[in-house]
Amino acid sequence: MPSAEESTISGWGGLAVPGREVFSEDLVRLSDGAVLSRGLGRAYGDSACPPADAPVVATTVLADRILSFDEETGDLRGEAGLSLRELNRLLLPRKWFTPVTPGTQYVTLGGMVAADIHGKNHHVEGCFGAHVTSLLLRVADGRLVECSPEVESELFWATVGGMGLTGHILEVAFRMRRISSPWIDAESFRVANIDVFMEKLEESAREWPMTMGWIDCRSTGANLGRGILYRGKWADPAEAPVGPPKAKRRIDMPFNLPNWFLNKGTVVAFNETMFRCHIPAKRSGIRHPESFFYPLDKVLHWNRMYGSRGFTQYQCVLPESAGRGSARRFLEHLTKELGGASSFLCVIKDCAEESQGLLSFPMPGISIAMDIAVDDRTQKLVDDLNELVIDMGGRVYLAKDSFTRPEHFRAMEPRLDRFMEVRAKWDPELKLRSAQSVRIFGDPA
Amino acid sequence: MKAAILGGTKGMGRSLARVLAERGDEVFLLGRDPEDLERSAQDLVPRSPQRYLVRHAACDLKRVESFGPALDAAAEALGKLDAVIVTAGLYHGQEELEEDTALALELLQVNFSNTIAFCEEARRRLLAGGGGTLAVFSSVAGDRGRKPVVIYGASKAGLSAYLEGLDHKYRADGLVTLCVKPGFVKTGMTAGLKPPPFAGDPDDVARIVARAIDAKKPLVYAPGIWRFVMLVIKNLPRFVMRKIGF
Repeated sequence: MPSAEESTISGWGGLAVPGREVFSEDLVRLSDGAVLSRGLGRAYGDSACPPADAPVVATTVLADRILSFDEETGDLRGEAGLSLRELNRLLLPRKWFTPVTPGTQYVTLGGMVAADIHGKNHHVEGCFGAHVTSLLLRVADGRLVECSPEVESELFWATVGGMGLTGHILEVAFRMRRISSPWIDAESFRVANIDVFMEKLEESAREWPMTMGWIDCRSTGANLGRGILYRGKWADPAEAPVGPPKAKRRIDMPFNLPNWFLNKGTVVAFNETMFRCHIPAKRSGIRHPESFFYPLDKVLHWNRMYGSRGFTQYQCVLPESAGRGSARRFLEHLTKELGGASSFLCVIKDCAEESQGLLSFPMPGISIAMDIAVDDRTQKLVDDLNELVIDMGGRVYLAKDSFTRPEHFRAMEPRLDRFMEVRAKWDPELKLRSAQSVRIFGDPA
Repeated sequence: MKAAILGGTKGMGRSLARVLAERGDEVFLLGRDPEDLERSAQDLVPRSPQRYLVRHAACDLKRVESFGPALDAAAEALGKLDAVIVTAGLYHGQEELEEDTALALELLQVNFSNTIAFCEEARRRLLAGGGGTLAVFSSVAGDRGRKPVVIYGASKAGLSAYLEGLDHKYRADGLVTLCVKPGFVKTGMTAGLKPPPFAGDPDDVARIVARAIDAKKPLVYAPGIWRFVMLVIKNLPRFVMRKIGF
């Protein structure tokens, strides 16, 4: 067995730190004395990576049982390692769906709570945490604590979006949503530039429960922020195909592609093709839920496309208060800063009300996310973008972050003190930590 | 099919119980820890198209006296037994077993003699009911003496021989005995070991085993590639086996 010193562990972006995973079906045993829990490892940065002095994480994926499911109300309780993919496989054909889904189904219930994930329907349903009715935690002193919006609510709201730092999440209870059919009635159309994008997102939000946009972040000038807007709703049973959607076939990326594969040339070409090939300019029809919600899941290990250098995702939200032109300003800045850096995927989404989760990411405004191949300019790029975001009153998403400096995060997060207070109450010695909490919150390591 | 599973709360057993429940089989769980059994039972109910209630009884491979009553409870709850499945077993690394003879004896007893005692109890009941299937998880480790699994492999070699003999003797009477030989499968039992090439996934193993039960096969490797891997290993000359660490 490789020792902890030799083995490494990384987030989805592939930036490795020393560490290893331990597994068990029994989370009560597994979490005993552990510094951090980890799910399917889809957080891009170091949120689910261990601190240097305790390089072991408790991975929950073997604890994947449904503990109860009420087919009248949709109330479901599951072990923290239960994946969204498994829930979709079992319950989507029966017309039950999670109230909120992120852009991948390779996430666990524990991870969905810890990151307080949001999705295409944020403007209607808010974050996942808003639908959680109860959590079973193992807190730092070893006790098992059941918390909910009513019981130990302070702990509950610190845990929702708290990146696993308030306690190990062992069980999650939430209410599944009844859907009219397991198919999506979708529309997508080309958008000429960022100003039109903002207008169309706002307009779409009024009538469509799910919206998001893909942006060509290599576009400039009059085309700046051109892209494709996607919107959808659960299909009417009369229009939907008979029978449930079949699971999509997946292809695997078996090894890292060479680092040169994604470069300015291929990225520009990819974005151009993606935009041009959306023919006709407006499409509508019934779509498979997997291809609507999880287009990237089609390729397992798509992160290997970035090669061994790894990548990060920069995701920020720009608040409404920064004005309508904020997204344009951000993109202008980005195109200038990006220089030769490779970012082939950029996603835009309007967010509604802030969650009650103390560190939950979304706030009313516009969220922009882009993948960036890591090189020696990345730290500066992130610093510059963060300064702009701070200036606008926005913030970044911890589940994606690898590079944000502590002083920048503090400037973005007036809620951080409150979070640290609650955390200190339940974990005065800061036993529960991650590589990220050491890096950003200044935890001991 | 009405099946009792010993070891259905964890690893490959959990996957197999799910595959059976999801295709409409009625499942009864046998295991050590009542609370763990109840949680797995709850997990299976929403998977079953008929929403069969899943019941369970305490049964511990370390306690021979628990076998008979547990199987009786299963037969009574299910009405009859079509299949008895054993996925439970112990695993320890060779180094650990070499240092601790008591641990080695316990492993040999659980994986070999006690598993056979359990199978004997199951055999009597299945034959009394006119036949059925006894499906037992042995291991590729029993196919040849190898350095990393000297003692564990010996326990599984003995078990595999018993299962083959049982199949020869009682097939004509309607009792099908299936010996399952999983290769390296990523489960809680093997967590911490470095997965070799061809490491399998418990869900794939479960699907292969369910098909083998339907086809009344006497032997199945899972994942299938391990049949060829072990064919090669079995035919390697001794001087080669002495050199390699596999």
